[in-house]
Amino acid sequence: MPASLRELRQRRASVTTIKKVTRAMELIAASRIIKAQQRAQSAAPYARELTRAVSAVATFSNVDHPLTTEAENPTRAAVLLITSDRGLAGAYSSSVIKEGEKLNQMLREANREPVPYLAGRKSIAFYGFRRRNVAAKWEGFSDAPTYGHAREIADALIEAFLAPTEEGGVDEIHVVFTRFVSMLTQRVDVIRMLPLEVVEGEEPPPSDEILPLYEFEPDAETVLDELLPLYVASRIHYCLLQGAASELASRQKAMKSATDNAQQLIERLTREANQARQAEITQEISEIVGGASALAEASAAAE
Amino acid sequence: MAEPMQVEVVSADRVVWSGKSSNIIAKTVEGEIGILPGHEPVLGVLVPSAVVIFCEDNPTREIIAVEGGFISASQGRVSILSEYARMADEVTVAEAEKELAEAQRVLDSGDGSDEDRKHFLRATAQLRAAQKAQ
Repeated sequence: MPASLRELRQRRASVTTIKKVTRAMELIAASRIIKAQQRAQSAAPYARELTRAVSAVATFSNVDHPLTTEAENPTRAAVLLITSDRGLAGAYSSSVIKEGEKLNQMLREANREPVPYLAGRKSIAFYGFRRRNVAAKWEGFSDAPTYGHAREIADALIEAFLAPTEEGGVDEIHVVFTRFVSMLTQRVDVIRMLPLEVVEGEEPPPSDEILPLYEFEPDAETVLDELLPLYVASRIHYCLLQGAASELASRQKAMKSATDNAQQLIERLTREANQARQAEITQEISEIVGGASALAEASAAAE
Repeated sequence: MAEPMQVEVVSADRVVWSGKSSNIIAKTVEGEIGILPGHEPVLGVLVPSAVVIFCEDNPTREIIAVEGGFISASQGRVSILSEYARMADEVTVAEAEKELAEAQRVLDSGDGSDEDRKHFLRATAQLRAAQKAQ
């Protein structure tokens, strides 16, 4: 027998409430994406100028810096995972964690020990549940990271990088984060943060032109000393901002499909409820008709 | 006179000021540096201080408090980078003094963490900028 009319109506009411909630979350995420994108845009000039300055030093002087030199025999590699604090964002956090697991595997095969650094409650929960050792963790800012947060993470990572390997230092730093490609596409990406490779060089001047020789104040080494940590912080800031925008976009997407599914469920339940109601009415009518005819037969027999 | 320079002052999260200028005075770790159009390419480390930018249409000038950072000049472009930069007219002398006193108090009472010292330097820069702007 199909579920009773009352049960169907109850279920429909509860699905309607869920739909309201997911709809609200979808709208909230949608409105926050715009803010997250604006933040990412307003951080862009700083990153651009900084990259320009770093490549100027890198191009016009030949100083070796600890942050740019590769370890001869890397044995420990830090892996920074950037995930969300809250769930209901589709596969956002789990795909970062999965990619991190893959990277860990790869590092182990290359005889390097991965050292996890975690940002976002989801990855902390994942590692905590498996009782793994974590070098450092940060939480509470995944959907609106500020430069201060990036600086904090960068300081910790640089400190670990500069420490000797035997004393808990690391030889490499990798970052797993989600790149915001568009509202529909977000891609998990792995970048090697340190040792640094400055990729976006200043456009190479035509060969017949004389290179502008930078004057450094006080000298190239000090300038690089000051510049590189800022550069790392700005790169991490970029990753955090991209992550925040991706988190909101995948939350919006997840909540949109949840709303759509709820709507479908409501329609199905409404139809079933209508059928059940109709069946009840039909049954009542046939009962009345049956009762009436039984009465009529009884009185006919009595006469 | 040479073409005015294109100047951009950026902090970590926004562009603080951008425009054309004919003269910039900043303070690097080696002392004050003045940059006029056609200056040789230079990249200097700034100390927490106030940067003065003379706009193209003198006599207006802009004063910006920076917390360390860099000044880089090359090919008619000057960029001033700082994790924290603020226009002087965004803050009054009284406010800056109050913040400085607060930072001083924290620095004196506490064990003086890096963060506190940074805050103190930032407040000093802000006060200097605010005083100059008057």
